[in-house]
Amino acid sequence: MKSLSRWLYTAIIFFIIWIALVGTIRWDELVTGAAVSIILAIFTAHIFTTEGLSNLSPKKVICGIIYFFPYLIWQMIKANLDVAYRVIHPKRPINPGIVKVKTKMHSDLAKTIVANSITLTPGTFTLDVRGDEMYIHWIDVKSQDVEEASEMIPGVFEKCLMKFMD
Amino acid sequence: MIQKTIGEVFLIIGGIFMFLASLGLLRMPDVYNRMQTSTKAVTLGAMSSILGVGIIHPAWLPKCILIMLFILFTNPVSAHAIGRAAYRTGVKLWKGSVCDKYGSCMEDEDE
Repeated sequence: MKSLSRWLYTAIIFFIIWIALVGTIRWDELVTGAAVSIILAIFTAHIFTTEGLSNLSPKKVICGIIYFFPYLIWQMIKANLDVAYRVIHPKRPINPGIVKVKTKMHSDLAKTIVANSITLTPGTFTLDVRGDEMYIHWIDVKSQDVEEASEMIPGVFEKCLMKFMD
Repeated sequence: MIQKTIGEVFLIIGGIFMFLASLGLLRMPDVYNRMQTSTKAVTLGAMSSILGVGIIHPAWLPKCILIMLFILFTNPVSAHAIGRAAYRTGVKLWKGSVCDKYGSCMEDEDE
């Protein structure tokens, strides 16, 4: 049952990618795409996903697209401007260091999303994740305390993710 | 006409971010700070340029969005892998760095 759900999920994702790449909706292309994605899914489902179809629940997809994605882009733009300012400033005002933070997320998928979001916002990137601890290189260390840093770096994304993941 | 202008604005923004990223690559002192500026500014720069192309040629838009998503998914993984590999092979942090909590954690593991 579990493996069926994983296989179906992989096939659906591959089929969506196929449609976006082909760009036109015609019968022969849809049939070819379906056949190719089903065959590929048989071979790759076990490395592609662990959760299977539960990733596609409408709540997760809709909240992810409408709520989290624009928020992530907004954070990226803000942080990009901040890093750009540090690059052009003649004195190069950086204050780097590696800090340790704790994440509140439990599932592997949610941890991956938080770690990747942290890496995507300039100024911070995830060096390692061990259990619920993350080691983050921060270009401007504002606090070395674990609790305070956890509020400042992953807390921003967790607030948003908590509502529909985990 | 308007569509073309919007697309060109996105292309210019992308170009500016790419330029700032390469400037950061030259100005920053060590591997980790260079990663900060280059990998991430390039994400927004590349995404903005590709979106600009997609807006100028609407027929390409689905493919452009797909490329943007692939950049969004793969870029953090490679940045994390490069950073971690650099640390594990013993690349030192810049001397002006404030703190290094990861080093003590690695020592615990070695014992």
